[in-house]
Amino acid sequence: MMKWVFGIMIILSVIFGISTGRIDEVSNAALEEGAKAIELFLYLLGGMCVWGGIMRIADKSGLTSKLSSLFKPVAKLIFKNLDFNGKAFKAISMNVAANLLGLGNAATPLGIEAMHALEKEDHTKDSASENMIVFTVLNTASITLIPTTVASLRLKHGSLQPFDILPCVWITSFLSVGTGLILALVLNKARRKK
Amino acid sequence: MKFTDFIIPCIIGGVLIFGLIKDVDVFNEFIEGAKETLKTGISILPAIIALMTAVGMFKASGAFDILSYAVSPVASFFHFPAECMPLALVRPISGSGALAVYEGILNSVHPDSFAGRVASVMLGSTETTFYTIAVYFGSTKIKKIRHTLFCALMADLTGFIVSAITVCFFF
Repeated sequence: MMKWVFGIMIILSVIFGISTGRIDEVSNAALEEGAKAIELFLYLLGGMCVWGGIMRIADKSGLTSKLSSLFKPVAKLIFKNLDFNGKAFKAISMNVAANLLGLGNAATPLGIEAMHALEKEDHTKDSASENMIVFTVLNTASITLIPTTVASLRLKHGSLQPFDILPCVWITSFLSVGTGLILALVLNKARRKK
Repeated sequence: MKFTDFIIPCIIGGVLIFGLIKDVDVFNEFIEGAKETLKTGISILPAIIALMTAVGMFKASGAFDILSYAVSPVASFFHFPAECMPLALVRPISGSGALAVYEGILNSVHPDSFAGRVASVMLGSTETTFYTIAVYFGSTKIKKIRHTLFCALMADLTGFIVSAITVCFFF
């Protein structure tokens, strides 16, 4: 998929660049954007590492597992027949905690671990189990409390209040996750009867 | 001072207090966590370079303006800022790509403007749908993902529309 996005964008920009007479700018962009990417990356990396460190302390002190027990009542509503003492639930709650803090990159390995555990616990063959669908939708919609990356970039570009969008992010995130989950649960149920 | 200014420092302080009470070596654990993040960070850097180059060339060629112009009728129907439309198109496909487009948006509009805020909320409250599905199911033996993609894309669409509505409402 990405090979097409990447390839087509570059080919189109060469064609458009020639036809709009802006090929000199395209040429500059080709040479400069890599450097800008490194700059942007270094800027973001600091903030990401701070959260990585804080998350690790939270994990070691047992705070994450406390948070996951808070998450349990909600989990009971959306996951059917899940073993709440099993590996899958632990990975799921750590993944949710990482997502809440806006740590997409930390959430991914935990999500993969959860999918593996779900595969075992739900005895799936080649078709996704209901819990797998619910969990994946939960992650694609992402429940975010603190969008770290976005806030760092807002600050970099001169925002006076980089976090003033938090209420908007919460409502948007909540409604988007809600839509995804309700659809997933309804479709799960509808397709079960057949 | 606003309520939102308190959230980050309080979380960090709270985690540290809890860690010290539980006798965790907070300094070394912090270093370990940062080290892990550094590793995952480095592994995504080449993708960011590749995609920012592609997006940068695409923007410089004027193709972005044409694309935004083409989708502006749809955007204006939902009171959705035209500048954010490319972000909505890229967001489900690529995280690094979305980051690159977002950086581009903030270079042309102020982060505290309407479009800047909508873009921030969009990026902050959604995830890279296709990537997540590919990685999550790719790690298992599952071949049929059933209605996963449909539900995920509907969630994204809701997120995009609601981000413009909430920014209108709060600012």
